[in-house]
Amino acid sequence: MTKITYIAFDGTPFEVDAENGSTVMENAIKKGVPGIEAECGGACACATCHVYVDEEWTGVVGEPEPMEEDMLDFAFDVRPNSRLSCQIKVRDELDGLVVRVPERQG
Amino acid sequence: MSSITKTDILIIGAGPVGLFAVFELGLLDLKCHLIDILDRPGGQCAELYPEKPIYDIPAWPSISAQGLVDKLMQQIEPFGPAFTFNRMVSGVEKLGDGSFRVTTDESEVFEAKAIVIAAGGGSFQPKRPPIPGIEEYEGKSVFYSVRRMEDFRGHDLLIVGGGDSALDWTLNLQPLARRLTLVHRRAEFRASPDSVNRMFALHEKEQIGFQMGQVTGLKGENGELRAAMVKGPHGDVEIPCTRMLPFFGLTMKLGPIADWGLNRHENLLPVDTEKFQTSEPGIFAVGDINWYPGKLKLILSGFHEVALMAQAAKRYISPGERIVFQYTTSSTSLQKKLGVAG
Repeated sequence: MTKITYIAFDGTPFEVDAENGSTVMENAIKKGVPGIEAECGGACACATCHVYVDEEWTGVVGEPEPMEEDMLDFAFDVRPNSRLSCQIKVRDELDGLVVRVPERQG
Repeated sequence: MSSITKTDILIIGAGPVGLFAVFELGLLDLKCHLIDILDRPGGQCAELYPEKPIYDIPAWPSISAQGLVDKLMQQIEPFGPAFTFNRMVSGVEKLGDGSFRVTTDESEVFEAKAIVIAAGGGSFQPKRPPIPGIEEYEGKSVFYSVRRMEDFRGHDLLIVGGGDSALDWTLNLQPLARRLTLVHRRAEFRASPDSVNRMFALHEKEQIGFQMGQVTGLKGENGELRAAMVKGPHGDVEIPCTRMLPFFGLTMKLGPIADWGLNRHENLLPVDTEKFQTSEPGIFAVGDINWYPGKLKLILSGFHEVALMAQAAKRYISPGERIVFQYTTSSTSLQKKLGVAG
């Protein structure tokens, strides 16, 4: 199991033990993290599961693929550490990952 | 009043569930007319994820979303459904004989003996960019679509976005605008390479401006825009403009159906699981838009729902008539309707 911490916009932390191979978005939905909407259900088609990856983790998590970059155009307040959480697959190296939920989704 | 289009069943939403409703209703001799806000059938399958494979359609271990739509169109072809695209339903009125009159946002009028709402997550509408106070400019100096190009002549125009809509309108409105600036978050574009090249060519000739960044604020009075604040890679920039066109894709909203007086469960329409009827007799709801205990938002569930709903709709329209339950494998009358009778 890989530990992931989501920090809601109001600062409330949500911790989950995520299964490897699942997505950061799926675990947020299961846990009911406020502010992660995932309107399209994980098809990389809507940009409503936008998160900021904690600066210490951006290197490990990696850069978005071109398709995800395109979708990020539709997100709100996109920053260099923006990712769509449906496109981040949970794996051992992400144990301890921290992501922050933006003020609002698109 | 313009001419009235008459049909047995008006289906709102031409996604997979709305399409299959044509089949089940067609077997019971009910003619269908579908209305959709998009410009083609398929709903979310066509608009959001046409190339994604779906794995939980019975007997299709894997089928692309567009592939499913294509197959459904083929399957309902024998019933000759009518389609009206690029329209949103607005009002509904129940007539004395239990039928309905429905109007669209373009003032077309439909009369149907029953209504099937198969609107999924709601109708696709332009996404509003999250800019504080943008509401007060909407419809006055901020627009999400171009109805008449002439309306933009002589204006200082700001177009926001990096997709085909943003690029196409940049190219089309450049000759009319007094000045045109395109704002996009990054230097890469999602639009067709040809449009991107033509846009860069205009930029090189200094016929348009290009600013990398995101619009963070608007300046103006009484809904009339004067400038937009853009957060760029080198800090904030103020761009003078009198009209703004943001193209941020589409989102889904329940829309005017919310005002039809139907009982609601958040943004969903509660139905019973025998008829899939809403709180208004004669108005049915199927697929992702409905709610009942145990509801799963699956295409599979929507298909089941339309089969039962069709029986109920038939009974609503022809109360006394006996409905004979038949199989397509063995019924010559059903096979005749499908055009496959030997």
